Amino acid sequence: MYAQMVKSTGEGVRSLDEMDPQERAFQERIDANGKIEPKDWMPDGYRKTLIRQIGQHAHSEIVGQLPEGNWITRAPTLERKAILLAKVQDEAGHGLYLYCAAETLGVTRDQMTRDLLSGKMKYSSIFNYPTITWADMGAVGWLVDGAAIMNQVPLQRTSYGPYARAMVRICKEESFHQRQGFDIMMKMAKGTPEQKRMAQDALNRFWYPSLMMFGPSDAESVHSAQSMAWKIKMNSNDELRQKFVDLTAPQADYLGLTIPDENLKWNEEKGGYDFSEPDWDEFFDVLKGNGPCSVERLEDRNRAWDEGRWVREAMLAHADKKRAAKLAAE
Amino acid sequence: MATDAQLFEWLCRMGDNSLVLGHRVSEWCGHAPVLEEDIALANTALDLIGQTQLWLGLAAEVEGEGRDADALAYRRDVMDFRNLLLVEQPNRDFGHTMMRQFLFDAWHIEMLRALKGHDHAEISAIAEKSLKEVTYHAERSADTVIALGDGTEESHKRMQAALDRLWPYVGEMFLSDEVDRAVCDPAPLRDAFDDRINAVLAEATLTRPDSDFAHKGGKTGVRHTEHLGHMLAVMQYLPRAYPDAKW
Repeated sequence: MYAQMVKSTGEGVRSLDEMDPQERAFQERIDANGKIEPKDWMPDGYRKTLIRQIGQHAHSEIVGQLPEGNWITRAPTLERKAILLAKVQDEAGHGLYLYCAAETLGVTRDQMTRDLLSGKMKYSSIFNYPTITWADMGAVGWLVDGAAIMNQVPLQRTSYGPYARAMVRICKEESFHQRQGFDIMMKMAKGTPEQKRMAQDALNRFWYPSLMMFGPSDAESVHSAQSMAWKIKMNSNDELRQKFVDLTAPQADYLGLTIPDENLKWNEEKGGYDFSEPDWDEFFDVLKGNGPCSVERLEDRNRAWDEGRWVREAMLAHADKKRAAKLAAE
Repeated sequence: MATDAQLFEWLCRMGDNSLVLGHRVSEWCGHAPVLEEDIALANTALDLIGQTQLWLGLAAEVEGEGRDADALAYRRDVMDFRNLLLVEQPNRDFGHTMMRQFLFDAWHIEMLRALKGHDHAEISAIAEKSLKEVTYHAERSADTVIALGDGTEESHKRMQAALDRLWPYVGEMFLSDEVDRAVCDPAPLRDAFDDRINAVLAEATLTRPDSDFAHKGGKTGVRHTEHLGHMLAVMQYLPRAYPDAKW
């Protein structure tokens, strides 16, 4: 889940009877699983919440390039290097579709980028954790992409057309990412004792941060209730987290790795695993910018942006000159 | 007709060029000036790594000593690398990176064209496949050099500096020895290369340096720059640290 704790209007969900005819028609279309398109009327809150959510998702893809990019130059075989490059390239592509989807709501990519660089807009907490060994490339694909898929598959049915369509393309690629992550984990977990140690260590470090990706329980949140009524959020955080644990625990068994949670146990009655909550204080620290790599991630993005300024300016200047020359010739 | 030893040597030259440049370009991942460039750079790196697998795979086969493309990429040291000095040059700024790419692409495209239809069926097939990718690389790097050369005062200055700095590494691409001549002599490609780059540099408002001085020693392995060892230290770290592991 690449968008966390997205705030909506902050008010409770209104009933159809409380809405004016325009808003009521809008809500009824959503209730009937219709799509909202860029030129359609939409409430301000819907527009703003979507910009926040899609923007946060796009930023997560862009910042998410960094922890994996960290290993491209050290990938241990030519094939692994090619796969990792392709994956990180896909992420940049996802960022691009998502920025385009957000732009249909009347915000520019430049503005969103500036808000990311200044720290005003957030990205997923998970990308503030370091990738220390090669096994982390496995853990990120397996757990982080696995968690993202939980959230993104239902978003293919989200009410906003451009977002839903972007999500269809993204989901196809994400499932390939998750599989390649699991494949790395397999090789590591079944490899030499050193490799197995790296695999277990990666699982130990990424388990709880992966659970945090879904955000704290939002059963009581008015923001979530509104987003769910608008169908820009399809499931509660707890629901998705449970689904993730239920799917992942048997995979860890298969790998012969141990999930670092003594309380993890199958609960026959609920038909799912019981498990420990992550440390939510740590989560809020990370959101505040105190993640292990928070400073480095923003520093990296800012450096790329600042050092690239002359390139962007030159490309625009050249395009202007070409346009002027073409006009003069006509 | 090339001996197996010559063929192996020549295939390492082709494969190491792709490997070293592909690695350099991949260093940009996540740090490019704009998202579209990030994607394009990753794409270029990906093509080059793919070409590496083909060239070095064939080299290992010709050698017949049980090595594979990964063993060649990850277990040789600097003195056994056969890439041009140009491609091991560090990225420096985006201007240097794209100028290096442009100069290499302009050679690479002519080389692959000359190799297409080569008597050695596998060389011909790899060249044909690579040519499709490199045609796009050459188009893109030329467009970028034009845009940045012509763009603003600052970009013009940076691109001219990049050209001046990298120019002494151009000559090595066209030096030929017995190994080259046994497979494909690059010397006769110089005219086509010059035509191509002169047209682009003119449109980019950049001045081609006068000097014909050329550093050499990369493709013969006699004397690489100091940069290559650092690249290999990073690139080869895992297979060297854990020699028994499979990844």
